[in-house]
Amino acid sequence: MILPLTLEALAFRDIIKPLSLEIGAGPSTIILGANGAGKSVFMRLMHGLLQPTAGSISWREMDRSRVRRLQAMVFQHPVMLRRSAIDNVVYALAIAGVPRPEREGIAIAALEEVGLKHLAKRPARVLSGGEQQRLALARAWALHPEVLFLDEPTASLDPTATREIEAVIQAFDAAGTKVVMATHNLGQARRLGDEVIYLQQGRVLERSPVERFFSQPASAEAAAFIKGELPWV
Amino acid sequence: MHQIPYLVKPLWELRFQYMQEFPAVLWEARLWQIVLLSLEVSLSAVGVASLAGLPLGAALAVARFPGRQVIVVLLNALMGLPPVVVGLAIYLLLSRAGPLGDLGLLFTPGAMVVAQTVLILPIIAALSRQAVEDAWHEYEEQLRSLGAHGLPAALTVLWDIRFSLFTVVLAGLGRASAEVGAVIIVGGNIDGVTRVMTTAIALETSKGDLPLALGLGLVLISVVIVLNAAAFLVRDAAQRRYG
Repeated sequence: MILPLTLEALAFRDIIKPLSLEIGAGPSTIILGANGAGKSVFMRLMHGLLQPTAGSISWREMDRSRVRRLQAMVFQHPVMLRRSAIDNVVYALAIAGVPRPEREGIAIAALEEVGLKHLAKRPARVLSGGEQQRLALARAWALHPEVLFLDEPTASLDPTATREIEAVIQAFDAAGTKVVMATHNLGQARRLGDEVIYLQQGRVLERSPVERFFSQPASAEAAAFIKGELPWV
Repeated sequence: MHQIPYLVKPLWELRFQYMQEFPAVLWEARLWQIVLLSLEVSLSAVGVASLAGLPLGAALAVARFPGRQVIVVLLNALMGLPPVVVGLAIYLLLSRAGPLGDLGLLFTPGAMVVAQTVLILPIIAALSRQAVEDAWHEYEEQLRSLGAHGLPAALTVLWDIRFSLFTVVLAGLGRASAEVGAVIIVGGNIDGVTRVMTTAIALETSKGDLPLALGLGLVLISVVIVLNAAAFLVRDAAQRRYG
């Protein structure tokens, strides 16, 4: 177990104002906020792609390579290597130190999970946007992460592809992976979230269970965002 | 502009003479021996320089250390190394009294490969450094997220942009096959041993055997065009396949 993730007075330039919170195992967490609220930077700080300019990030597990290995991230625009779909998954397994003989079997199972097994030999870069995003999820699935960060994974996809992606994210949740997803899509937050962290201009304004967040938002800003009004700036 | 007629007119009058003699030249075995040696030397140099230069450029693209920018600037500057200077340096190294004189390489095709490798290594390393660095912006987050960093990550990107690197290698090949200064110094332009197309053209021109010089020139240009066309077709097909 690498969770919980503890953030103490974490800040990044003036994009993320000092914030402290803990993210534990269990129900999935939605980072909700408008464009420019700092969601992506927040995700990258937690995932370790950015170093905080103040404060600290700590996992329960002290071994840095284990922490690295047990978390995965899916980006808004997945980067696929110029090789087949299955080889993209195999590459991730190789980096993660999975012994060579096991890689292909795990990769096929992961592709099957996201419904891409029939496209395993297809070059990854010629897949559609939705298929590439599912491949990114397969790449994460193969690693059996304890935490999965998703940064607006469906922001540039059509409704059908979005549904397929959401089904896979629910499968992660069902398999016991902690899902932490940034989105500005309210419907998606309702469908996939158990709790919501509402971010505005780099500040956490609210953290509450998804039902309560939508029925009785604690802050006026969150209420305005839910109603679809532009926040008063 | 007024001097152009004086240049064009004699060439125009001479063309009949060359057109009669030129086709016969193409059937001469010595011409094809020269062409073959040129290809052997330049392709070997491109091979060695690519093997060393591509990973070197990729490593320099992703590495961050103090003084890196100085090295990048120097490497870029080395792309303009004068062939005769490289030839001279390699000559001094390989000459009997030189530090590598015992190898007995001077005035052999091997020496010419060494000289051309030194000449084009900076070109291949500098251009691939730029190509990998541009691609790195796209790949960095994803690769770091997967846990890849350092040289393995650099080589992953290098392999992923392999089709773009065709142009890098071709730039090296162009330089190698076109230069005369380095190979003439370390090779000596010995008939049947170290005579390549460029050195032969220089010699035949000074001897006055213009049909042979012209023939060699046309063959040289044709060979370069064929190699570039082949590389273009391979790259085009591969890019359509892999996206």
